Amino acid sequence: MRTRGSDQARALAQGLGWFSIALGMAEVLAPHRVTRATGLHGHERLVSSYGMREIATGIGLLTAKDPAPWVWGRVGGDALDLGTLAAGVAGPDRERSGIAFLATLGIAALDIACALALQRPSRPAMAAFRKRSGLPKPPGAMRGAASDFVVPADMRTPEALRPWGSR
Amino acid sequence: MRALCWHGKQDIRCDTVPDPKIEHPRDAIIRVTACAICGSDLHLYDGFMPSMESGDIMGHEFMGVVEEVGSENKALKKGDRIVVPFTITCGQCEQCRRGNFSVCERSNRNKAMADKVFGHSTAGLFGYSHLTGGYAGGQAEYVRIPFADTTHVKVPEGVTDEQVLFLGDIFPTGWQAAVQCDIQPTDTVAIWGCGPVGQFAIRSAVLLGAKQVIAIDRVPERLAMAEAGGATTIDFSKESVVERLNDLTQGKGPEKCIDAVGMEAHATATLDSIYDRAKQAVMLESDRPHVLREMMYVCRPAGTLSIPGVYGGLIDKVPFGMAMNKGLTFRMGQTHVARWTDDLLKRIVEGQIDPSFVITHTVGMAEGPGMYKTFRDKQDGCIKVVIKP
Repeated sequence: MRTRGSDQARALAQGLGWFSIALGMAEVLAPHRVTRATGLHGHERLVSSYGMREIATGIGLLTAKDPAPWVWGRVGGDALDLGTLAAGVAGPDRERSGIAFLATLGIAALDIACALALQRPSRPAMAAFRKRSGLPKPPGAMRGAASDFVVPADMRTPEALRPWGSR
Repeated sequence: MRALCWHGKQDIRCDTVPDPKIEHPRDAIIRVTACAICGSDLHLYDGFMPSMESGDIMGHEFMGVVEEVGSENKALKKGDRIVVPFTITCGQCEQCRRGNFSVCERSNRNKAMADKVFGHSTAGLFGYSHLTGGYAGGQAEYVRIPFADTTHVKVPEGVTDEQVLFLGDIFPTGWQAAVQCDIQPTDTVAIWGCGPVGQFAIRSAVLLGAKQVIAIDRVPERLAMAEAGGATTIDFSKESVVERLNDLTQGKGPEKCIDAVGMEAHATATLDSIYDRAKQAVMLESDRPHVLREMMYVCRPAGTLSIPGVYGGLIDKVPFGMAMNKGLTFRMGQTHVARWTDDLLKRIVEGQIDPSFVITHTVGMAEGPGMYKTFRDKQDGCIKVVIKP
């Protein structure tokens, strides 16, 4: 069901898609700057590969009819990033890695909230709509229940188009 | 009194306005107990219907209790509970006598304007622009009913407002859409649009005995409600309508097609939808007829197209040669509400259908303006809004 909440979640997913692409481009095009900012010197190739992952996820988020699997994909990517940054915290530039770790933790929380919001409103509400028939019996049993109704002459199929047998 | 008033494109306000007064001996004044926002109100909301003026009171789907009657109105008395058809009918002109109530020759008080625009005037409508009479609408605490002695449906004891309110428009509209298909027991009926009119067209087609009913939309809750009513559904955002309809009809196409969408068909990835959006944006076309084109293409030769969806002006690139060569029959028009209400009221009272199934939101008058946006954007699972003044 498309609720107000899920519309907001979809808008957030779009925003995360653009964020993924921007971050991915930075990681692919300027890996040295990213590793310097995050305290991961010497891991440029790894960061570039993470950038490719971010771009692919971003494209998926912006083009998919259902963005939820792609947001969960981002959550998986966050876990990988946090693991890498945790290793960085044990390295020589622990301060920068620590800041990046906390920032990534915040992003991961946003990703999880978005993924849950995209899933939450659907099933129970949809079940309610599937019960709204307005008919006292299943539709199959109501088929033709109004066959006592006589279609007015001016609304009948023109004679020329009626089957021969029914003229 | 309080009323929902139009002040421009996407600008509906809950205003305080003067109470209505008896203006003619056949009039009545009612105290509104329930009214609804109709899908066709959205055409006014989105600014697609000409001749609206700031301050016009919205709404043409309403019911209430008679408070005052004019001196010549012998059909109603104070305290009667009535539903008011959205088409105002004199009951005496040649068209009314034929049962063509939606083209009543006398109820449009701006006949000269309508004559110029349509060639000949159609009936007056409540709250639906000055082209249709400029009558105050029913999204208000009180309404004046012109020709009230013939423009009403008396409601018996034992049924709720929610069960009978839609006799004023969407139930007869969905019913007429199915009736004018002249449904045979061998027919497949395809219905574009699972909004409120589409939902009633689905149930009407089932009750009238269609072999198969197919409903086309893209909003999940509307498709779910269509399934509940007995339709096989097609989500046009996920699958090809043409291919699915051919699959479901052994490649022959549906015999009967109903357009319950009208002038604001949503853009799809099809070339014609993009074309319509572009032409509409530069005011070279007023309506977006994607559904009409698709119906003409998929309909079985010698089939019928029934069009309850509202169109307001000019459409472009309609493949009329295709329709001519296939020998299609077109049925359309505003609903002749009074033709159907006695029969439909009987079906409600007998329990054959409970129209309240379609209501998803019930709000007070002050929340009305916000609900226009919620309904238009199909947010919050919104399918039908009822307002209790």
